[in-house]
Amino acid sequence: MAKTADSISRAHGPEANEPNAKEREADNAERRWREEVEKLDLPPARTSSGLELDILYTERDADERDTLGLPGEYPFTRGVQPSMYRGRLWTMRQYSGFGTARETNQRYRWLLEQGQTGISVALDLPTQLGLDSDDPMAADDVGRVGVAIDTLADMEELFEGIPLGKISASFTINSTAAILLAMYLAVAERQGVAAERISGTIQNDILKEYVSRGTWIFPPAPSLRLIVDTIEYCVKHAPRFNAISIAGAHFRDAGATAVQEMAYTLADAITYVEACRERGLDVNQFGRQLSFYFYTHNDLFEEVAKYRAGRRLWAGIMRERFGATDPRAQMFRFGVVCGGSTLTAQQPYNNIVRVAYQALASVLGGVQSVFTAAWDEPFAIPTEQSAELALRTQQILAYETNVPTVVDPLGGSHFIEALTDQTEREVRAIIDRIEAAGGMVACIESGMIQREIAQEAYRYQNRVEQGEQIVVGVNRFSRPEPERSQFQLYESDPRIAARQCEKLAQVRRERDGARVKHALEALGRATKDDVNLMPFILDAVKSYASIGEICAILRAEFGTFKEPVVL
Amino acid sequence: MEHDNIRVLIAKPGLDGHDRGAKVVAYALRDAGMEVIYTGLRQSVEKIVAVALQEDVDAIGLSILSGAHRALTERLLAGLGDRAKEIAVLVGGTVPERDIPALLELGVSKVFPTGTPLSEIAAEVRAAVEAKRAAASAT
Repeated sequence: MAKTADSISRAHGPEANEPNAKEREADNAERRWREEVEKLDLPPARTSSGLELDILYTERDADERDTLGLPGEYPFTRGVQPSMYRGRLWTMRQYSGFGTARETNQRYRWLLEQGQTGISVALDLPTQLGLDSDDPMAADDVGRVGVAIDTLADMEELFEGIPLGKISASFTINSTAAILLAMYLAVAERQGVAAERISGTIQNDILKEYVSRGTWIFPPAPSLRLIVDTIEYCVKHAPRFNAISIAGAHFRDAGATAVQEMAYTLADAITYVEACRERGLDVNQFGRQLSFYFYTHNDLFEEVAKYRAGRRLWAGIMRERFGATDPRAQMFRFGVVCGGSTLTAQQPYNNIVRVAYQALASVLGGVQSVFTAAWDEPFAIPTEQSAELALRTQQILAYETNVPTVVDPLGGSHFIEALTDQTEREVRAIIDRIEAAGGMVACIESGMIQREIAQEAYRYQNRVEQGEQIVVGVNRFSRPEPERSQFQLYESDPRIAARQCEKLAQVRRERDGARVKHALEALGRATKDDVNLMPFILDAVKSYASIGEICAILRAEFGTFKEPVVL
Repeated sequence: MEHDNIRVLIAKPGLDGHDRGAKVVAYALRDAGMEVIYTGLRQSVEKIVAVALQEDVDAIGLSILSGAHRALTERLLAGLGDRAKEIAVLVGGTVPERDIPALLELGVSKVFPTGTPLSEIAAEVRAAVEAKRAAASAT
């Protein structure tokens, strides 16, 4: 709540010590200042999430200052590492993938040559939905929004010449995450890199797919089983691998506010932790292999506060609620994407500036990996040129601005601390409401979360159209748009699907059919038993069984999710 | 008044699951006085045609972000067959400008690329439905 001049003398509260002369003088000065400002009768201001903003914050605003602590220490408000970027910069990880593995491998090598420090694999929709490229349902989508992966042969080609012992890869993959993880492990093994040494991330977060983005296949219960299987497997065999990246980004891009984004994400995370504990996994072990993923949008300080509050909340949940004692299991490590729904088709070069500010906010918020989207993404996937500029945006921030040099540089700001506290309270209130309604799975099955997000998206769109929310180049400072043909945009190659289908046919011809059959049958039997499916999936993948074949086995046992269609 | 009972089917064909645009447009059309049915995700073209006919809609709004707009739209119009004379088909999403003429040629009433205002979409849907009704009553 914004303060008024009248409220200042009461700010110390009845239990506080009597103010001394110096404090009284400060109170009087602030009261005089507030009286002056109140005369201006300024309209109230809010963050994008609707949190009320005062015009000035002073030392009396942040009442939870004693919880601030140091970076690398509980509750990690100031960052998860003691030295943060002075020790090591964030990972620059541009989401990328299109066409077949060959084209995408070339793009990865080129991005690494340009100074990218991690790989983020964009997969096409058939791969995400467990369909082979030659499936009739896949026909229109092969290689379009990401790279097509059908079998291990594609994964081998994808990482050809890229040393997985040195470079980490992150996969935006959910329903079929276990299969992609198995393929990644198999490729690493071929490269001679032991599973203990590989690092990287699979998104593996199905709950948010039910709400937004929509690449679900199986119902919640078997999906959670698969997720816990992968986490359990990684705990045992690949301890440096993030077995899940609990993502708020897609809630956000679907319309959720920053506060809702954080709240829904933590509510999902709680669900996963509970599922792992039910399996009997040790929170101090698997807790280290959880990571998070968000969108950074335009409200700069709100984003910084969101990440600081997220770290503090998660540390508290893991320690107090789940009893994690290992600090690494309390750490909220996260990546971000900058761009998404904040990008505009109008005056598209403005997107470069938006993304730069968003990257700045992310770094001020203590991020571990950043993807800066390219300016042309409202139209198509990026060209090599726009992808380069997006990467350079991060490099300028990292190497020219000196921003990374001091840890949590906004920490201690009266405003940032107050906003962090406020965000924390609001997020906690939403989590409490979700838990009171039966937890995240129940709230997804009833469509409650989907409806809240869609309504927020509509509210935002109306605010833009009524000019209450200014978007430069859209509802202010707009001008007739030039023909889009003036921009050099990416054009997909219409022969991609045919090429990919040919390759799949060749793999099917050349593989050992009996071994495939055997592996798939073993997987089918395992689905009915109380066993971890990862070794069976790994075996199937190594026999060059395709994603479609493996998913058909899983679908037969697990069934498919029934989407609650809500408006 | 006739335009008070415009029935619109908002549909997400193909595999893409980003439905923010579809839902926002559905709300906007509903607020503009139309009756809106939403299919949910990943509907086959055949299913969309079947729902459209069963629900006797005046317009179908296809939301496509994956780049597969041409193929999906072509199949939908083929599926509608003769009924495409009565049912207006509109397409919104990540549609490059250069693809718009081809979609219109196929028989699409209007294309709404990224960034189209909601008020314009509502007005165009109404206009497209009225044009279809006028053409139908003229024959």
